[in-house]
Amino acid sequence: MVEVEERFGGRPGLMTSAREEILHRIRRATHDVPKDEHAEDVPVERGYRKRDEAPREEIVARFAERVAEYEATVHRVNEDDLPRAIAEACERRGIEQLVVPPGLPEGWLPDGVELLRDGVSMQLSNEELDGSDGVLTGCALGISQTGTIVLDAGEAQGRRALTLLPDYHLCVVREEQVVGLVPEAFQRLEETVKGEGRAITFISGPSATSDIELNRVEGVHGPRTLEVLIVA
Amino acid sequence: MEIKAPDAFSGGKTPSFEESARESLADAQLRRNLGKATQTIRAKRAVAVEEMPDWEQLREAGRALKSRTLRHLDEYLLQLEESVKRAGGQVHWARDAEEANGIIAGIAKSHEAKEVVKVKSIATDETKLNEHLESEGIEAFETDLAELIIQLAGETSSHILVPAIHKNRSEIRELFMQKLGARDLSDDPPDLANVARLYLREKFLKAKVGISGANFAVAETGTVCVVESEGNGRMCTTLPPVLVTLMGIEKVIPTWRDYEVFMQLLPRSSTAERMNPYTSFWTGVSEGDGPQEFHLVLMDNGRTEVLDDEIGRQTLNCIRCSACLNVCPVYERTGGHAYNSVYPGPIGAILTPQLVGIGKPGSDSLPYASSLCGACYEVCPVKINIPEVLIHLRGKVVRHKQDEGGIKGKLDPENVAMKAMAKTFSDRRLYEGAQRAARIGQWPLARGGAIHRLPGRLAGWTEARELRPVPEQTFREWWRSRNGSAEGPGS
Repeated sequence: MVEVEERFGGRPGLMTSAREEILHRIRRATHDVPKDEHAEDVPVERGYRKRDEAPREEIVARFAERVAEYEATVHRVNEDDLPRAIAEACERRGIEQLVVPPGLPEGWLPDGVELLRDGVSMQLSNEELDGSDGVLTGCALGISQTGTIVLDAGEAQGRRALTLLPDYHLCVVREEQVVGLVPEAFQRLEETVKGEGRAITFISGPSATSDIELNRVEGVHGPRTLEVLIVA
Repeated sequence: MEIKAPDAFSGGKTPSFEESARESLADAQLRRNLGKATQTIRAKRAVAVEEMPDWEQLREAGRALKSRTLRHLDEYLLQLEESVKRAGGQVHWARDAEEANGIIAGIAKSHEAKEVVKVKSIATDETKLNEHLESEGIEAFETDLAELIIQLAGETSSHILVPAIHKNRSEIRELFMQKLGARDLSDDPPDLANVARLYLREKFLKAKVGISGANFAVAETGTVCVVESEGNGRMCTTLPPVLVTLMGIEKVIPTWRDYEVFMQLLPRSSTAERMNPYTSFWTGVSEGDGPQEFHLVLMDNGRTEVLDDEIGRQTLNCIRCSACLNVCPVYERTGGHAYNSVYPGPIGAILTPQLVGIGKPGSDSLPYASSLCGACYEVCPVKINIPEVLIHLRGKVVRHKQDEGGIKGKLDPENVAMKAMAKTFSDRRLYEGAQRAARIGQWPLARGGAIHRLPGRLAGWTEARELRPVPEQTFREWWRSRNGSAEGPGS
């Protein structure tokens, strides 16, 4: 550790490293904690709700409703109608160049649109992403309680920049991907985080700010339009 | 209005809360902006919290998790360090602001970065990172809309969450036309936001180094998270090839699953939303996705001093939601600048004096910037008993004055009076004697059952309130005459 600190402007001249000193200060400050107390001995009562017991249809309906409350556009479609719904959404939006992440089902891709495919070996540049008209992705999860879409940089989602630079995000959520409560989502994501350690992004509506007189304004830096297709 | 007085974290003498509050209170526009903003968000928060049948259980879990972490902070920090390194990140430790700034500037210079993009981080405001980078020839661009507004205006933040809460739309329009050369601009918020979008997009695309704070970092997995609304947090933590995150050592939480508690508490308490628009979680470095070099700087800067105080320790539970600001009757009227600190409002009134230490006139005045109404405790998502800590700190301020004041401190009239009072209150004979003396002494002052003006140095007390005179007969005297006995009750 000491070498790293010195290289980046830490203070090498001091007797002990910052790390040792901070740890020492903490141990001195917590002298009231009994020596034989383990962290797990400090009780944490988890009396909050862990699982939504409502019927599936209700959970999915609530998800749709709450995503829409963030000013996102939501459609519920059947599997068979999905390609048409995607094509229609792109047409409504006037998409000419559409960013496509690796692993997106070929059947989803609309005709008559230039596809910008992001590859593992051939990544699109930030400028290409910035200049595109939109991006089409799947997702890892939906959270009904909060109307949140979760991306985990996995299949059909791609790396984070793909859903960040284009101004329009069209996202496909399958009904079986929707969980009830926030704790259910963190439980499902645990494996991804502990395994590959992929980045996770929670998206609840389009980019927004309330910085001017607390008025919610859609779109400062992220995609200003979020459209969600929920597939039965 | 130029508002760049030295704050509690910079050198120099900081004005007291009373002095600064007087200035803020005289600004009618500021009070209008603040009143509107705090009322709006208060009402919204109440709705967002009411929707949760298990809100109290979540608060209790949040408090308990923080308590667990703080009692074993050394172990959790070591575990965090190991997890981040395992995931491909680098970890640095900084005793104080100067060391943290030095480390961050060193990283930027090693990449020959002349410009860095930043996502709102109060920790970097605390260390005055932007000023330090400037002195090293590096320009830091704030990318949060409100932070951009105050950076362009050369001002400081007045609210944890809505730093430009003191500015209205026409003031912002003027500023953007002047500083960003925007023309034909309306004062419609979407138009104003669009100007910022275009200006900053260019910065994001060419920045080599991004700088962020952290809302939480998980010891178990090394996963750091930034909670935001606009997408500038995603930009800063995704686009530049190098990412540096500065976090206070108290921001660590034990396990990944603990996010399920804090990610329910924070959004509803801060922006009064079920969930904020964007939250980014990253674990070290991911191949082919985002920055390929990640540095986490763990900073003390006074936090271990707070930890050292068994009553004050709970202050470190704070998750910077700002709910306490929005409900505080004092904050609502004075705004954030009166606190002369990057941490305003009730939480600032207890955090600032503990971080910078008792004995600085400016921050010593902060524990008194409260009516002790307790609204802040009620809304706090991690159950910090702010009134308890305020009173505890008032005691510390007084004791400090007694201990450090030397002979002058000992002869200070307030001090002498308090000492005499303590002696009188602890002795029945002295107490009853004082009551008799007061009854005689007060007759020229009491008019119509109230004392309106006390003489001399005591006049301050009656400036804002009336005083009830000592009654003709005390309860003890009445009791004695009733029983015909010399014994008072409970004596």
